[in-house]
Amino acid sequence: MVLEAISRSGRLSLVDKLYEINWGFILLITAIAAVGFAMLYSAADGSFDPWASRQMVRFAMGMAILFVFAMIDPRIWLQLAYPAYGFALLLLIAVEFAGTTGMGATRWINLGVIQLQPSELMKITLALALARYYHTLEQDRVSHPLFLLPALAFIALPVALVLRQPDLGTALLLSVVGVSIIFMAGLSWRYIVAAGAAALAAIPVVWEFLHPYQRERVFTFLDPSRDPLGAGYHTTQAKIALGSGSVWGKGFMEGTQSHLNFLPEKQTDFIFVMLAEELGLMGGIALLALYTTLLGFALMVAVGARHQFGRLLVAALAVNFFLYVFINVAMVMGLIPVVGVPLPLVSYGGSAMLVILAGFGLLMSVYVHRGQELPRGGGLL
Amino acid sequence: MALDDRDADKQKAFTRRAAIIGGGQLSLFAVLAGRMYYLQVIESQEYEILAEENRVNVRLLPPLRGEIVDRFGEKLASNRQNFRVVLIPEQTDDVTATLDKLEEIVPITERTRKRILREVKQKRGFVPLTVAENLEWETFAEINIQTPDLPGLQPEVGDTRHYPYGEDLAHVVGYVAAVTDKDLKGRRDPLLQLPGFRVGRSGVERMLESELRGRAGNSRVEVNAFGRVIRELAKDPGTPGDEVVLTLDMDIQGYATERVRGESASVVVMDVITGELVAIVSAPGFDPNLFNIGLSQAEWDGLTNNELNPLVNKTLAGQYPPGSTYKMIVALAALESGAITAERLITCTGKVKLGSHEFHCWKRGGHGPVSLVQAIKQSCNVFFYETGKRVGIDKIEEMSRRFGLGDEVAIDMAGEKPGMVPSRGWKRATTGIAWQQGETLNASIGQGYVLVTPLQLAVMSARIANGGQGVRPWLVRSVGGRQRTPPQIVPMGINPRHLQLVQAGMNAVVNVPGGTAFRSRLPLEGKSMAGKTGTALVRRITREERARGVTKNSDLPWKYRDHALFVGYGPVENPRYSISVIVDHGGGGSSAAAPVAKDIMTRVLARDPMGMAAYEQKAPGNDVSQLVPRADGPGKGEQG
Repeated sequence: MVLEAISRSGRLSLVDKLYEINWGFILLITAIAAVGFAMLYSAADGSFDPWASRQMVRFAMGMAILFVFAMIDPRIWLQLAYPAYGFALLLLIAVEFAGTTGMGATRWINLGVIQLQPSELMKITLALALARYYHTLEQDRVSHPLFLLPALAFIALPVALVLRQPDLGTALLLSVVGVSIIFMAGLSWRYIVAAGAAALAAIPVVWEFLHPYQRERVFTFLDPSRDPLGAGYHTTQAKIALGSGSVWGKGFMEGTQSHLNFLPEKQTDFIFVMLAEELGLMGGIALLALYTTLLGFALMVAVGARHQFGRLLVAALAVNFFLYVFINVAMVMGLIPVVGVPLPLVSYGGSAMLVILAGFGLLMSVYVHRGQELPRGGGLL
Repeated sequence: MALDDRDADKQKAFTRRAAIIGGGQLSLFAVLAGRMYYLQVIESQEYEILAEENRVNVRLLPPLRGEIVDRFGEKLASNRQNFRVVLIPEQTDDVTATLDKLEEIVPITERTRKRILREVKQKRGFVPLTVAENLEWETFAEINIQTPDLPGLQPEVGDTRHYPYGEDLAHVVGYVAAVTDKDLKGRRDPLLQLPGFRVGRSGVERMLESELRGRAGNSRVEVNAFGRVIRELAKDPGTPGDEVVLTLDMDIQGYATERVRGESASVVVMDVITGELVAIVSAPGFDPNLFNIGLSQAEWDGLTNNELNPLVNKTLAGQYPPGSTYKMIVALAALESGAITAERLITCTGKVKLGSHEFHCWKRGGHGPVSLVQAIKQSCNVFFYETGKRVGIDKIEEMSRRFGLGDEVAIDMAGEKPGMVPSRGWKRATTGIAWQQGETLNASIGQGYVLVTPLQLAVMSARIANGGQGVRPWLVRSVGGRQRTPPQIVPMGINPRHLQLVQAGMNAVVNVPGGTAFRSRLPLEGKSMAGKTGTALVRRITREERARGVTKNSDLPWKYRDHALFVGYGPVENPRYSISVIVDHGGGGSSAAAPVAKDIMTRVLARDPMGMAAYEQKAPGNDVSQLVPRADGPGKGEQG
């Protein structure tokens, strides 16, 4: 009944929209974030200060953003897609000139009140821009080379800028998210096979462009024992923490590796290890199950959308989220080299939390307005 | 509717691709889960061990070294706090820079620095190395405050050996010193790896090293990644080393040391009945505490280049011609073999001719007719030349050995020299030439080949005093509360009447006017000493020296002067203590050695350490000081 009403009027009241929000999903997000609060509480040896309390405040702020974004009509997002992309690109360029340097890389821009990391913003705006591009593009042109080029340009511009910072991890993330959109838009398999071959061939070239510290990470990944007290230390200690956690873990707040500081960065990038040490294999699998449920829901939302913009946007956001989880967990378990990627919703850190929740705001916007169709030509105007 | 159709195409394409993406995500998550299973289930045990190794640090706790006390419980070697700084090389990136920083607080010698840099290369990074020790409290406190700026350095409080009596006991108790590479060879005791650990290097410290060392304890502590100790998980304090009680009486030992201070000399006092050593002094000594701390090159040179040989324990390793102190042996050999009798008189004309050689008595013009007792009293050489000639070297050699000469006699002391008792067989074997009768004459007055140690002289004297009991000297009364059984005393089978004759002669030496040590009779009521002086020739005055006017032995350079000897025992009526004194290059026995023996024996007999209750093992709650003996003996202590 309600859906019919929506499709007829095309407009929903605020109350209707709130009713349409998937509260189960909100609960799921909150549950994952709560795992984070608990681990941060443990990381501070049983104290909300300094991490857990601040993380809660950020989560509340992020939730507010999520709700606001969810209320906004996808047509408006469609309109904003290109300007937002352009804005994010400008910020990335601004980082080049006015960025703040930290830990050997220039990634932040100081906006007076907050430190903004434009590459984080770009993860969303790139998805918006590409989703819009394929929304308007006719399906039989998707595999035409002429129409493939703009899509690649959308990806290449921010990737090039991020690489200059240098931030290899984010550049890779952006590329994968962008390429996955092109893939889901229906690009011919011929291109995909060819691109895969080209990527393999490009590895030696990329290697040449890598910074020494980046190469060192790869070396250390391949053989952590070559630097047991340096870069390999993180990997080695993380593995010890995980392995010693065993099936049921050492108990909440009882992780020796984490609490005796053998585990580095336990409140940020390595928080999954701390969880797996204290709550064991069961705790780790449980968290992965929560993530899987969340991703499954996101894909359902994408498939259920009645316009390409919504589908691609939501799927891209899901891919982005998945990559965060996968890269972080694979890294702390020694499957891939150490890269600075947080565990979404759990790791301590404001910027990532806000971006993730903003992304879920867009997802929820698509879900709330799932009855709507969106003309190819554009939105409200 | 056209729009809808086109969207349907898009949706179809998207759904397929999204399914692929979703499937890919799911399989990658499965990889993560598989990895988790591998680490947390299959390899879990290995990582659990690694996590324990990370977390738990086992620290070796050095045991307290056993104390060494005298027979009354007086501490001769004890332990005291040692403030030190150790370096753990793996905790600093730059050892040199760390040392430079420390040097602003504590001076570090070039030698120490070299040693540390060498050890850094040799040992594993987590083995702590001693940088500085025996620090003043103020310096130590300063280092404690500065620790955060001194990466790799750790202030520690340890225990160090302390010898309260310093050089008085240097040779007996010995000393401890740092572990050397030689000590480490083939030995696995982890204690030896501990910084600042000391092992016994000489004396009792070395002989009873394994008993004194004790068993190491350990402390299992939880540490964090920076090595900071969070809490102690378990502690085994180990077992302290055994307490060693010596037979010595520190009072006599100290007095004797003081009495010969400045001389190169040795004094041995022993119990003639049990063989327990009361005092055993080799002068000059050295400060054993220096060896513990570590000697500087200058200090070491000062000890090794000293012509008084402070590092040699002369009581055991000094070998001297016995001179006239040997005459008792010759006398007993003659009496036992029947070569002479008590009544036999021999006329001393001042010299004896043997072939073209003349053998002189020390008294020009001679002693006239003398009996055995008189000959001992006056130390007549001619009497013993004649006696020796009659009895022959074989019997003298045999009697010497029965009295403990020519071989090691001590039960529990290392580094003893055997001395020398010559024989026909020995001479032929070593020189290829047959024994000459002139050599027998020389031996009869304790010159020539005969060599004895001060300890042997004390034993000889004891065996005369106790009526021919084959007593042997020993030093360690008990170890860790377990009494050492005194060595079995075997009667020597010597006619008591013959011994009484010799005793009478020795009594006359000290207590009858005209005896060579009459001036050194004891100033005690009712207690007296018997003895025999001796003067051992080191070098004759040469013809050229005589021409230059050197006529007296004391005119020669110090190192060519005669050794002064005295052996004796007391009290005469009921002998309990024997004594031997040798003053190297001191001149005559009656003038240089007998007065020393007189003073020491006076102290011994007045105190009578063997008559007092010795130190018994402390019962729990018993104060040691209560066990320090009183002159009135046990059982008479006041109540309360």
